Amino acid sequence: MSLDISNWKIEDVLRSLRSRETTATEICQASLARIAAENPKNNSLITVTQERALARAAAIDRMAASGERLPPLAGVPVAVKDVIVTEGTRTTCGSRILENYVPPYTATAVERMEAAGAIVVGKANCDEFAMGSSNENSAFGPVRNPYDLERVSGGSSGGSAAAVASGMAVAALGSDTGGSVRQPASFCGVVGLMPTYGRVSRYGLVAYASSLDHIGPVGRSVKDVAVLLSAIAGHDPLDSTSAAVPVPNYVSELDGNLKGFKIGVPREYFAEGLSSGVRTQVEAGLQALGKLGCEMVEITLPHTEYATACYYIIATAEASANLARYDGVRYGYRAPGAASLSEMYQKTRGQGFGAEVKRRIILGTYVLSAGYYDAYYLKAQKVRHLIAADFSNAFEKVDAIAAPTAPTPAFRIGEKTANPLEMYLSDVYTLPGSLAGIPGISVPCGWSSAEGDGGSSSEIKKLPVGIQLLGKHFDEARLLRLAHQFEMAGGVA
Amino acid sequence: MELTRDALEIPETLKGKYEPVIGLEVHVQLRTRSKIFCGCSTRFGDPPNTNSCPVCLGLPGALPVLNREAVAMAVKAALALNCRVNSFSRFARKNYFYPDLPKGYQISQFDQPLAEHGWIEIRSEEGQAEGGPQEKGTKRIGITRLHMEEDAGKSIHDGFPDSQDKSYVDLNRSGTPLAEIVSEPDLRSSAEAYDYLTRLKQILEYLDVSDCNMEEGSLRCDANVSVRPRGQQELGVKAEIKNLNSFRYLQKALDYEIARQTQLLERGEKVVQETRLWNLEQQKTVSMRSKEYAHDYRYFPEPDLLPLAVSDAWQKEIQQTLPELPDAKRRRMVSQYKLREYDAEVLTASQALAGYYEKVAAAGADPKLAANWVMGNLLGALKAAGKQIGESPVSPEALAGLLALIQDKTLSGKMAKSVFEEMLSTSESAKTIVGRMGLSQITDSDQIRDTIRNVIAANPKQLAQYKSGKTSLIGFFVGQVMKETKGQANPQKVNELLKEELGGA
Ligand SMILES: [Zn+2]
Repeated sequence: MSLDISNWKIEDVLRSLRSRETTATEICQASLARIAAENPKNNSLITVTQERALARAAAIDRMAASGERLPPLAGVPVAVKDVIVTEGTRTTCGSRILENYVPPYTATAVERMEAAGAIVVGKANCDEFAMGSSNENSAFGPVRNPYDLERVSGGSSGGSAAAVASGMAVAALGSDTGGSVRQPASFCGVVGLMPTYGRVSRYGLVAYASSLDHIGPVGRSVKDVAVLLSAIAGHDPLDSTSAAVPVPNYVSELDGNLKGFKIGVPREYFAEGLSSGVRTQVEAGLQALGKLGCEMVEITLPHTEYATACYYIIATAEASANLARYDGVRYGYRAPGAASLSEMYQKTRGQGFGAEVKRRIILGTYVLSAGYYDAYYLKAQKVRHLIAADFSNAFEKVDAIAAPTAPTPAFRIGEKTANPLEMYLSDVYTLPGSLAGIPGISVPCGWSSAEGDGGSSSEIKKLPVGIQLLGKHFDEARLLRLAHQFEMAGGVA
Repeated sequence: MELTRDALEIPETLKGKYEPVIGLEVHVQLRTRSKIFCGCSTRFGDPPNTNSCPVCLGLPGALPVLNREAVAMAVKAALALNCRVNSFSRFARKNYFYPDLPKGYQISQFDQPLAEHGWIEIRSEEGQAEGGPQEKGTKRIGITRLHMEEDAGKSIHDGFPDSQDKSYVDLNRSGTPLAEIVSEPDLRSSAEAYDYLTRLKQILEYLDVSDCNMEEGSLRCDANVSVRPRGQQELGVKAEIKNLNSFRYLQKALDYEIARQTQLLERGEKVVQETRLWNLEQQKTVSMRSKEYAHDYRYFPEPDLLPLAVSDAWQKEIQQTLPELPDAKRRRMVSQYKLREYDAEVLTASQALAGYYEKVAAAGADPKLAANWVMGNLLGALKAAGKQIGESPVSPEALAGLLALIQDKTLSGKMAKSVFEEMLSTSESAKTIVGRMGLSQITDSDQIRDTIRNVIAANPKQLAQYKSGKTSLIGFFVGQVMKETKGQANPQKVNELLKEELGGA
């Protein structure tokens, strides 16, 4: 019987390579076979990088054969969200406008991951330019939730989360701007981390909202996420906003104790809009944390209710500039048959971008316009400071904050596409952390029956629920420890 | 309304009635080795699109990293222009679409520029002093701000077989560091604007922060021009004039625009706020369709760059690298060498010229004589040969050697000129040439007197005419004596002795 790696974690890969039980090539082939079987179902990957992956796997095997010490991600099949550039492999950003765009360079995070031995098996589907919460905004079709193919994977890193959840890849890189790693991780039952802003280089991450964009790891365990973060974190001279803060060994920090650890429970995150199924699970999660010796403290983050408005002003303002470069002049799609320069711009962008991207560009252009700048953009910046201050005040009293990752489990495909505002609200618990630039992780926290499916059906689908843990700036080590021990203790059934 | 060519002349009465108000926006490329946000070369003239990378091509995912050398140069310029350098400034995105702007926005500075509140001094007839310790005949022109930004690429609309229906883009220039220097609307004539730009360029050249080459585009100038009735406090409606790519065009375009606006006002018409282009062929400013240029640039802080911090220590360090600036050098040279103001002005036009002059003086030459020779014979010869001062075939020491021979009366001025010609072509020392050509001035009175007597004896007719009152014939006799002595007789002596001899003969 052929090798099945669909439940493997990074340590399984390493153990089997070190013991010579199997080879990187066999692992890579197993991953590719799984992709061939699952990708047609859930549409997680836009591009499968088979040839390149096998060549790299062969190189790892040569390393192993020569007795070299294997690096921490040796032979680990990973998926990379398609907003992160990879030299020689097309990077579409889930958009028609970059459908055939092949970058001439590789993002720092991917370079570092590959230097640590990882093997990129495919580019993961995502909402167009990372704008979306359900992966329905991809020009390459929605990603389907591996636990219920009629439901969304979450977004925008839906492909990364679903690829890991369905066993195509052992781990993945996503990007999180307003919840885009954490929310799909929660929907797909995997672990997803948004590191502190500046912890991981953004060089090569195609910008959506530069002051909010983060590359973040997705894995089947907190430990895998820690391994991946250790590989990609740290200052990058090519990203001025990456921080020169030393990178601890996140893996060895996982086992410290949690005695006296204080966890803040923000009351605003358990208010109206939270589905009862998720509430039940997250409350059980809090109890489990209590059993680990953590002390629960009720806190308040009073400006939470403004986060959504604040986010959609700042993010769209930045996006309106960041996406200006897709004009058909130098690369990417160019609409045929334009009679003038301005017509070429209009047609190219009109045909190349999807509806949500256009909506956000228009919104962002509006909030930066003369006469509106102060009322929207400037005010939003002030609110952002207040939201950040909410967190710093809270962190004077607590070591971490626990909350739901998303208000509901995965919803049905098409359920929210008619109402953008309702869609925006599915990020309501992840946006504040993004605005504050603090790290946040979503860890599986049991299962909930799908909302609205009623209890009478004989086949009640159980869907994953995630608990979100938020930490102080650059406090990933303790955040991961908390998440790891929660997971080790069995989380929530 | 368009002006005819002759209408360019504004009658003196109107000049007295209206006052032009001009401010200049000057862009200079900073001469860093690499671009402002990436490591690509800034070299001019390389094959199109060869000096480029993901950052300056604006590829997806690329990020800018600020070049410290560019900041140092901009700070240096700001300090030399008497600006206050802000300890924190910010980059901002200026949004507009154009094919040679690869990101669809230019990284510039907006509400928090690198430096503000500077000034430079220009010459002005008005000498209007609004307080401040400026010299008489000078005027202080305020500099509102100096900020940093990246240059765009170049659109090439002609020169290709298919230029009819295609434009090409060269992004070699994209990301070249620029300093934009914005003046206050303190200039009151095209001549003042010309002088301001000349002095600004001179300072930047002294600092060696820019090539300041208008043809290659490393110095570019736009002007804001308005006209108001004299005595009126509020400013008139302004037009922005672009495409002023030489000093001559600047002055011509301003003169044209001032005349145009003056006549509009005089006729009771309104000046429209708009951007106008200087059209070289038509020799006039032409309106750019205002709709196309009615930009809302939607500036906002650049999230990819941290605020720019310039510490006091760094500022001090840069301050210490400032050379002696043109004004200071001119003042010093006037007092040190007792030069005329005008001569000092000419000699300080460039550091190289001033340096050359000071070396001649340091080698012992009489400072005034040296000034005359450097400004006259040397610059004339170099200009004729199309050479820069640094390429002079006559070294400062060699020139001083020549001047020494004039000072000790070995050579007359005229002889010195021919020796100098020889020096230019052979690069030999004056002494060598004088020796080789057997040149040296005859100052011996007896020798000269002998020649004079011979000349008088040979020209009895002229002598008679002289005696009968036609004293202007003295020139004839001088000429004959100089001819006989092959020009080597000391002309003063010749004159003196001739008068004696003619009087006594
Ligand atoms: Zn470059």
